[in-house]
Amino acid sequence: MTPTPRPADARLSSVVAVRTPFMRGIPIVFGLFVLMIVSVIAAPFIGPTRISAMHVFNFRLPFADNVDAQIFFIARLPRAVAGAVVGGTLATAGVVFQGLLRNPLATPYTLGISAGASLGAMVAITFGAMLPFGGVPAASLAGALLAVAIVYALASARHSGLSTTVLLLAGVTLNSFFSALILFVQYLSDFAQTFRALRWLMGDLDVASYTPILSALPLLILALVAFVWLARPLNLLSLGADAAEARGVNVVQTQRVAFLSASLATGAAVAVGGPIGFVGIIVPHLVRLLVGADHRLVLPASAFFGAAFLVICDVVARTLLSPLELPVGVVTAMIGGPFFLWLLLKRR
Amino acid sequence: MRFLTLVLSTAVMLARGTEVPRYEPSGQQSAPTAVPHRIISLVPAVTEMLFAMGDGANVVGVSSYDHYPPQATTRPKVGALVDPDVERMLSLRPDLVIVYSTQTDLIARLARAHVPMFSYEHAGLPDITATFRLIGARVGHASEADRLATGIEQALAGIRARVAGKPRPKTLIVIGREEGSLRDIYASAGIGFLHDMLIIAGGDDVLGELKRQSVQASTEVILTHQPDVIIELRVVDWNDVRQQRDLDMWRALPSLPAVRTNRLFMFGSEMMVIPGPRVAEATRILAKALHPEAFSQAAEVRRSPSS
Repeated sequence: MTPTPRPADARLSSVVAVRTPFMRGIPIVFGLFVLMIVSVIAAPFIGPTRISAMHVFNFRLPFADNVDAQIFFIARLPRAVAGAVVGGTLATAGVVFQGLLRNPLATPYTLGISAGASLGAMVAITFGAMLPFGGVPAASLAGALLAVAIVYALASARHSGLSTTVLLLAGVTLNSFFSALILFVQYLSDFAQTFRALRWLMGDLDVASYTPILSALPLLILALVAFVWLARPLNLLSLGADAAEARGVNVVQTQRVAFLSASLATGAAVAVGGPIGFVGIIVPHLVRLLVGADHRLVLPASAFFGAAFLVICDVVARTLLSPLELPVGVVTAMIGGPFFLWLLLKRR
Repeated sequence: MRFLTLVLSTAVMLARGTEVPRYEPSGQQSAPTAVPHRIISLVPAVTEMLFAMGDGANVVGVSSYDHYPPQATTRPKVGALVDPDVERMLSLRPDLVIVYSTQTDLIARLARAHVPMFSYEHAGLPDITATFRLIGARVGHASEADRLATGIEQALAGIRARVAGKPRPKTLIVIGREEGSLRDIYASAGIGFLHDMLIIAGGDDVLGELKRQSVQASTEVILTHQPDVIIELRVVDWNDVRQQRDLDMWRALPSLPAVRTNRLFMFGSEMMVIPGPRVAEATRILAKALHPEAFSQAAEVRRSPSS
């Protein structure tokens, strides 16, 4: 890197003069894309049971008789795809929340969405057998939507726009409140239910079919479109609301779109895989180390890297203690926690 | 974080169930020979035993999970494993409390109040009749308890004899699953009374090599193990439509012998999962599912003079 004379406002220049770093970041983003593709393709071949690729793709054998193909297409491929979808979503949602709240410690779960989703799931796990219908993912999504609605209503109630302070306060409070409700529901549940609920909280990508992924897809695509649109306004918003306004950004609209899209994406991802932690915070930070702060690079890079990261974590989760399985949320935490601390020390 | 503490302690308790059983009539200091007349049972299996041996009249309090026999539901409820209500218990002036051995806090508090205790830990099938006899001796119904325990043992031996020599289908016992999908599947593994019941019922435990009471079984584990029979146990009884709809979820794994031959069963009854006096009956239900021919009417008639 050639040292160029920097104007007084270095932060501003890094955003305005993005041309060169942006071009430099593109190969990295492409590299991460390749990493994602490779991991999704390779992951289904790795596992506690040895399967042969010849067998898997031997389409002359009826599918019902082909155990290898069933292990590949029913047990493993949906997991890899779910891992990619959930990981990519949580990582990008993390980026958007960090940009929206202008707080590097924000995660997709900061604003109470995961607590709402968890409450929904707990209710379904505890009372599902008594109700005439079941469905943990649907209940979890409903809980997430409830949380989003409450936080949004609170944050926009007394302001013309969306107050990020109120957003943060309402989200954190809702988090604790829903956690208390979760405790209450847990108290009413029996042992097996408590255990299942606990297990749900650790995250699980063994979706066993493509249905959960497909049902989450419409929301995720909607969010993706919003994220693409958000990249530029989020860059300018990082200068502060006033500066962004001066540069022609509709701050209120940007905040609304950012909050709603990232929240819905998080809710949909949690409905698929449970509240898997750390992906939404370590992936964005790592990616920023690689490509800088430009959201046009950070967003796609986080999507690809988050996807690859979670797919790899899930491979670790199901092979490390096989035939027993580690919860994938435990793996992300084991890798993510220490790594993040190391990152903090290193950046000092 | 209290939530985390709660769930962690739950996990620890569940894990401890795999240990070697330990039965010890606690509270020795306060005259263990005295026959109790005011018994509180926090353990549904033991509550059933007490009622079965004719000591139900002396049971003054039960756990919040006690639903059987119907008389038990008329007794005051004093909490359960994680939430025992000590004040309520003491107000019932018990002279014997049946506790789980893992309820260390409760045991310490009751000991301070000099309340005699009987510590219970559930483990394998043989321990059920052992507990039966121990608790019978403790409450002064030794002979009746022994008679019932022997009856269970004989019934189990009878079931074992009936299925003897028959091919043993590889069986998966599912004890929990998310409704409407094949997610979040918990299965009985190589330790515990469900495993023992399955062996007596003439089945081969497909997860028998895993020396744990229960495991989470991913679809991959199930596909790899290829069970011939899948038996799902649920506490709540569903209507046939819902039950069938949920069993049909297994058709997503068409290579499983259990799916091909349609040997998929679901039993919705507490009886199947409470290691109490009804355990022989529950084992018989399993055996009948695994070996219907051994329990056909013709087989019943042929057998009846001998049994």
